[in-house]
Amino acid sequence: MAEMAITRKNNSARDLGLMLVVWSATAIIIAAFTWIIGDFIIHGFERLSWSFLTTSPSNAGRSGGIAPILVSTLLILLIAITVALPIGVATAAFLSEFTRVGGRVRQITTLSLDILAGVPSIVFGLFGNAFFCIWLGLGFSILSGGLTLACMVLPILIRTTQAGLSSVPDEWRRGASALGLSRGAALTHILLPAATPAIAAGLMLGIGRAAAETAALIFTSGYVDRMPSSLDDSGRALAVHIYDLTMNVAGGDANAYASALVLISLLILINSVAVTLTNRYGSQRITAS
Amino acid sequence: MKLEFVSYDECKRADSNIRQLAQPTHEVALAAKGITITYSGARALRDVTLSIARNEITALIGPSGCGKTSFLSSLNRMTDLIPGCKVTGHVYHDGINIHEPKTDVQELRCHIGMIFQKPNPFPLSIRRNLEMPLKEHGLTNAAQRYERIEHALTEVGLWSEVKDRLDQPALALSGGQQQRLCIARALALEPSILLMDEPCSALDPISSAVVEDLIIRLREKYTVVVVTHNLGQAKRIADSVALFWFQDGCGYLVEHTPTDAIFNAAQNAITKAYISGARG
Repeated sequence: MAEMAITRKNNSARDLGLMLVVWSATAIIIAAFTWIIGDFIIHGFERLSWSFLTTSPSNAGRSGGIAPILVSTLLILLIAITVALPIGVATAAFLSEFTRVGGRVRQITTLSLDILAGVPSIVFGLFGNAFFCIWLGLGFSILSGGLTLACMVLPILIRTTQAGLSSVPDEWRRGASALGLSRGAALTHILLPAATPAIAAGLMLGIGRAAAETAALIFTSGYVDRMPSSLDDSGRALAVHIYDLTMNVAGGDANAYASALVLISLLILINSVAVTLTNRYGSQRITAS
Repeated sequence: MKLEFVSYDECKRADSNIRQLAQPTHEVALAAKGITITYSGARALRDVTLSIARNEITALIGPSGCGKTSFLSSLNRMTDLIPGCKVTGHVYHDGINIHEPKTDVQELRCHIGMIFQKPNPFPLSIRRNLEMPLKEHGLTNAAQRYERIEHALTEVGLWSEVKDRLDQPALALSGGQQQRLCIARALALEPSILLMDEPCSALDPISSAVVEDLIIRLREKYTVVVVTHNLGQAKRIADSVALFWFQDGCGYLVEHTPTDAIFNAAQNAITKAYISGARG
């Protein structure tokens, strides 16, 4: 018994150590996040007002608001999502349902996607510039920017959707086959709806990455800060605006802080909407649909 | 489609290689000839020849790993879905060898439905679980669909339990109800044969009894092939019993005889040992 008591003592010391490590790691993360947000609020909040959101920048962005920049950002994101979502979901469906586990097609495609997901955004920017702006002749435009972001978001979206589909129980696939349903029918009626939370999560990760993107957009959508008149027009995204104000415009710091605050709020808003929708939709599937 | 006809006599002759015919006077619904199944080259089941009589319940019994489920899956080509699985031999249904590559498997599986060990209703409403396959198979008339749904749910004794909550999720039903829903879902497609892979083993004793009674009733209209580990169940519900065994890691059919004969007057040494509980 004495031996057991000693073991227990050692265990409790180890547990305490482990707790300390876990808690301090969490505390560091929370502190860093609070510091960043706090910094934005302290320096940017007084600039923030309704007119900041609804007026155009003036004096190279030192004064005035960010209305055209908000519009450009949302348009770029909209294009990126509209293009990436169907292509991404279709590719994921193909990989997960129509290629063999361990087969060459799946292995090669998956590897390429994982590499693409890790490619620095500046490379996507240069590719977007060469392909969309020059080769397809779209020039510096919101369209070029949105399409470039779509390329960037695709790997993330495909991989999360693929993971979502592979977590759908196989018994539903077998059940569908046993009823003589085609794989397409199983996919549209059962598998994709069941994977919706994963698709939404992938989309959120993608939008998060896209909304915070600077390098890929400087070369594709440009940084003209007036209100875009069409999708062919050049437009400056929020992240690009922040970069420009901090790096190129002396005295632009206050507006840069305020813009950063808007960007962060936008991301938090998009995320909470997605989480709410996913939860509601997800729980509906189990209990009410 | 190229049809390869084989007379029932021929199937029966093949069947007589095995000790005895199940019900020599009855019509054959499904005739398996020389079925051998391999998984990535490794033989799991060798040379099974077995006739399934129409409107009867045929139970496949035997220890785990002797290929009963593999054999059952080969009867409506669900074996196609298993990577690396290869089936040789023939299965005749309505005079057609269903293992012919040209067979329309989607249509085949409507005729020969399958029920699994674990109830697998889709994460949809009770109604949509039955309606979606009907729609996919081209039944566009909503009134006809509703009629079929009502009929199928009545056949499995579920209609009175769920008629007021058809639009609630199927996954909220109890295990036994879910299994009966799955049976109704297969019945809605108007099959002639139902393959059941241990349909009661995941259910509590009461639900299990309800499903068992349902299977007995199904015999009036359908041919049923059921895999079971429960000898008592085989004795209660089956008209004939096929005993599978394995040797050197490969399953084979020991004998296929009427239920009475196997339980009361078993001749084969393996059968005797298995029935008495001495082996398996």
